Amino acid sequence: MSAFLDLLAATLMLLGVALAVVAGVGLLRFPDLYSRMHAATKPSTLGLLLVLAGAALQLADPGDAAALLLVAAFQLVTAPVAAHMVGRASYRAGTPGTRTASIDELRDVVEREAREQREEDGE
Amino acid sequence: MTGATTVCLAGLVVAGLLCVARLVAGPTVPDRIVALDTLLFVIAAGVAVAAARTGEGTYLAILVVVSLLGFVGTVTAAKFVERRQP
Repeated sequence: MSAFLDLLAATLMLLGVALAVVAGVGLLRFPDLYSRMHAATKPSTLGLLLVLAGAALQLADPGDAAALLLVAAFQLVTAPVAAHMVGRASYRAGTPGTRTASIDELRDVVEREAREQREEDGE
Repeated sequence: MTGATTVCLAGLVVAGLLCVARLVAGPTVPDRIVALDTLLFVIAAGVAVAAARTGEGTYLAILVVVSLLGFVGTVTAAKFVERRQP
Protein backbone atom coordinates (compact mmCIF):
# COMPACT_ATOMS: atom_id res chain seq x y z
CA MET A 1 0.00 0.00 0.00
CA SER A 2 2.76 2.40 0.93
CA ALA A 3 4.62 1.66 -2.30
CA PHE A 4 1.43 2.32 -4.23
CA LEU A 5 0.94 5.66 -2.47
CA ASP A 6 4.57 6.60 -3.21
CA LEU A 7 4.07 5.78 -6.88
CA LEU A 8 0.82 7.75 -7.02
CA ALA A 9 2.41 10.77 -5.30
CA ALA A 10 5.44 10.68 -7.60
CA THR A 11 3.20 10.44 -10.68
CA LEU A 12 1.04 13.38 -9.57
CA MET A 13 4.05 15.56 -8.77
CA LEU A 14 5.81 14.70 -12.04
CA LEU A 15 2.65 15.56 -14.00
CA GLY A 16 2.40 18.89 -12.20
CA VAL A 17 6.06 19.67 -12.86
CA ALA A 18 5.63 18.73 -16.53
CA LEU A 19 2.82 21.29 -16.73
CA ALA A 20 5.09 23.89 -15.10
CA VAL A 21 7.78 23.25 -17.72
CA VAL A 22 5.17 23.51 -20.50
CA ALA A 23 4.05 26.84 -19.00
CA GLY A 24 7.65 28.09 -19.03
CA VAL A 25 8.20 27.01 -22.63
CA GLY A 26 4.94 28.61 -23.74
CA LEU A 27 5.79 31.79 -21.87
CA LEU A 28 9.08 32.04 -23.71
CA ARG A 29 8.05 30.88 -27.18
CA PHE A 30 4.61 32.37 -27.84
CA PRO A 31 4.54 35.60 -29.85
CA ASP A 32 2.35 37.99 -27.84
CA LEU A 33 1.05 38.64 -24.34
CA TYR A 34 -2.37 37.02 -24.69
CA SER A 35 -1.10 33.71 -26.06
CA ARG A 36 1.62 33.72 -23.38
CA MET A 37 -1.09 34.16 -20.74
CA HIS A 38 -3.00 31.29 -22.35
CA ALA A 39 0.05 29.06 -21.87
CA ALA A 40 1.07 30.31 -18.44
CA THR A 41 -2.16 30.65 -16.46
CA LYS A 42 -3.71 27.23 -16.95
CA PRO A 43 -0.85 25.23 -15.38
CA SER A 44 -0.89 27.60 -12.41
CA THR A 45 -4.17 26.01 -11.28
CA LEU A 46 -4.03 22.39 -12.51
CA GLY A 47 -0.25 22.04 -12.16
CA LEU A 48 -0.15 23.35 -8.60
CA LEU A 49 -3.18 21.22 -7.66
CA LEU A 50 -1.40 18.08 -8.94
CA VAL A 51 1.83 18.92 -7.09
CA LEU A 52 -0.07 19.71 -3.88
CA ALA A 53 -2.05 16.44 -4.13
CA GLY A 54 1.18 14.50 -4.57
CA ALA A 55 2.79 16.29 -1.62
CA ALA A 56 -0.27 15.71 0.58
CA LEU A 57 0.05 11.95 -0.01
CA GLN A 58 3.63 12.06 1.29
CA LEU A 59 3.02 14.04 4.48
CA ALA A 60 2.09 12.00 7.54
CA ASP A 61 0.50 14.77 9.61
CA PRO A 62 -3.17 15.51 8.65
CA GLY A 63 -2.62 19.15 9.69
CA ASP A 64 -0.03 19.53 6.93
CA ALA A 65 -2.46 18.14 4.38
CA ALA A 66 -5.02 20.67 5.64
CA ALA A 67 -2.56 23.51 4.97
CA LEU A 68 -2.05 22.15 1.44
CA LEU A 69 -5.84 22.01 0.98
CA LEU A 70 -6.05 25.66 2.03
CA VAL A 71 -3.42 26.66 -0.52
CA ALA A 72 -5.19 24.63 -3.23
CA ALA A 73 -8.56 26.26 -2.51
CA PHE A 74 -6.97 29.69 -2.44
CA GLN A 75 -5.19 29.09 -5.72
CA LEU A 76 -8.41 27.89 -7.38
CA VAL A 77 -10.15 31.13 -6.40
CA THR A 78 -7.35 33.62 -7.05
CA ALA A 79 -5.53 32.38 -10.18
CA PRO A 80 -8.44 33.00 -12.60
CA VAL A 81 -9.17 36.38 -11.00
CA ALA A 82 -5.54 37.48 -11.28
CA ALA A 83 -5.30 36.29 -14.91
CA HIS A 84 -8.53 38.08 -15.78
CA MET A 85 -7.30 41.32 -14.23
CA VAL A 86 -3.96 41.18 -16.06
CA GLY A 87 -5.70 40.50 -19.38
CA ARG A 88 -8.24 43.28 -18.87
CA ALA A 89 -5.66 45.81 -17.71
CA SER A 90 -3.23 45.11 -20.54
CA TYR A 91 -5.96 45.22 -23.21
CA ARG A 92 -7.14 48.60 -21.95
CA ALA A 93 -3.55 49.84 -21.70
CA GLY A 94 -3.21 49.09 -25.43
CA THR A 95 -0.89 46.07 -25.34
CA PRO A 96 -0.78 44.77 -28.92
CA GLY A 97 -2.15 41.31 -29.73
CA THR A 98 -0.94 38.95 -32.42
CA ARG A 99 -0.99 40.18 -36.01
CA THR A 100 -2.71 37.04 -37.26
CA ALA A 101 -5.82 37.48 -35.11
CA SER A 102 -8.68 38.60 -37.36
CA ILE A 103 -11.56 39.34 -34.94
CA ASP A 104 -11.45 41.72 -31.96
CA GLU A 105 -14.94 41.80 -30.45
CA LEU A 106 -13.83 43.61 -27.32
CA ARG A 107 -12.67 46.73 -29.20
CA ASP A 108 -16.22 47.94 -29.98
CA VAL A 109 -17.23 47.64 -26.32
CA VAL A 110 -14.16 49.48 -25.04
CA GLU A 111 -14.54 52.24 -27.65
CA ARG A 112 -18.23 52.70 -26.83
CA GLU A 113 -17.42 52.92 -23.13
CA ALA A 114 -14.77 55.55 -23.82
CA ARG A 115 -17.18 57.54 -26.01
CA GLU A 116 -19.92 57.49 -23.37
CA GLN A 117 -17.37 58.57 -20.79
CA ARG A 118 -16.31 61.52 -22.96
CA GLU A 119 -19.94 62.57 -23.50
CA GLU A 120 -20.58 62.47 -19.76
CA ASP A 121 -17.52 64.59 -19.14
CA GLY A 122 -18.57 67.05 -21.87
CA GLU A 123 -22.06 67.70 -20.47
CA MET B 1 10.77 8.74 -3.67
CA THR B 2 13.89 10.89 -3.42
CA GLY B 3 14.68 10.15 -7.07
CA ALA B 4 11.25 11.33 -8.21
CA THR B 5 11.48 14.52 -6.16
CA THR B 6 14.95 15.20 -7.59
CA VAL B 7 13.53 14.98 -11.12
CA CYS B 8 10.67 17.25 -10.01
CA LEU B 9 13.02 19.86 -8.57
CA ALA B 10 15.20 19.77 -11.70
CA GLY B 11 12.11 20.31 -13.87
CA LEU B 12 11.02 23.21 -11.69
CA VAL B 13 14.47 24.80 -12.02
CA VAL B 14 14.11 24.61 -15.82
CA ALA B 15 10.60 26.12 -15.64
CA GLY B 16 11.84 28.88 -13.33
CA LEU B 17 14.72 29.74 -15.66
CA LEU B 18 12.29 29.98 -18.60
CA CYS B 19 10.13 32.37 -16.55
CA VAL B 20 13.19 34.47 -15.66
CA ALA B 21 14.13 34.62 -19.36
CA ARG B 22 10.70 36.06 -20.20
CA LEU B 23 10.96 38.39 -17.19
CA VAL B 24 14.22 39.80 -18.52
CA ALA B 25 13.12 39.89 -22.18
CA GLY B 26 9.82 41.67 -21.50
CA PRO B 27 9.05 43.54 -23.72
CA THR B 28 5.96 45.06 -22.03
CA VAL B 29 5.08 45.42 -18.35
CA PRO B 30 2.15 42.93 -18.54
CA ASP B 31 4.57 40.34 -19.98
CA ARG B 32 6.73 40.76 -16.89
CA ILE B 33 3.69 40.55 -14.59
CA VAL B 34 2.66 37.24 -16.16
CA ALA B 35 6.24 35.95 -15.95
CA LEU B 36 6.49 36.88 -12.24
CA ASP B 37 3.12 35.26 -11.52
CA THR B 38 4.27 32.05 -13.21
CA LEU B 39 7.60 32.23 -11.36
CA LEU B 40 5.75 32.41 -8.02
CA PHE B 41 3.69 29.38 -9.04
CA VAL B 42 6.93 27.51 -9.79
CA ILE B 43 8.33 28.53 -6.39
CA ALA B 44 5.15 27.34 -4.63
CA ALA B 45 5.39 24.00 -6.45
CA GLY B 46 9.06 23.77 -5.42
CA VAL B 47 8.20 24.34 -1.75
CA ALA B 48 5.51 21.63 -1.94
CA VAL B 49 7.94 19.16 -3.56
CA ALA B 50 10.58 19.96 -0.92
CA ALA B 51 8.04 19.31 1.85
CA ALA B 52 7.17 15.96 0.24
CA ARG B 53 10.88 15.12 -0.11
CA THR B 54 11.73 15.71 3.55
CA GLY B 55 8.34 14.70 4.95
CA GLU B 56 8.35 17.81 7.11
CA GLY B 57 5.46 20.26 7.27
CA THR B 58 7.57 23.19 8.45
CA TYR B 59 7.76 24.75 4.99
CA LEU B 60 4.04 24.85 4.42
CA ALA B 61 3.57 28.27 6.02
CA ILE B 62 5.86 29.63 3.29
CA LEU B 63 3.55 28.06 0.72
CA VAL B 64 0.53 29.98 2.05
CA VAL B 65 2.54 33.23 2.07
CA VAL B 66 3.86 32.72 -1.47
CA SER B 67 0.42 32.02 -2.89
CA LEU B 68 -1.04 35.10 -1.11
CA LEU B 69 1.85 37.25 -2.29
CA GLY B 70 1.39 36.09 -5.88
CA PHE B 71 -2.26 37.12 -5.96
CA VAL B 72 -1.86 40.49 -4.23
CA GLY B 73 1.21 41.43 -6.26
CA THR B 74 -0.34 40.47 -9.60
CA VAL B 75 -3.59 42.35 -8.96
CA THR B 76 -1.74 45.45 -7.72
CA ALA B 77 0.57 45.53 -10.74
CA ALA B 78 -2.39 44.97 -13.10
CA LYS B 79 -4.23 47.92 -11.55
CA PHE B 80 -1.11 50.01 -11.97
CA VAL B 81 -0.90 49.14 -15.67
CA GLU B 82 -4.58 49.95 -16.19
CA ARG B 83 -4.41 53.34 -14.48
CA ARG B 84 -1.18 54.52 -16.07
CA GLN B 85 -2.71 55.08 -19.52
CA PRO B 86 -5.63 57.57 -19.73
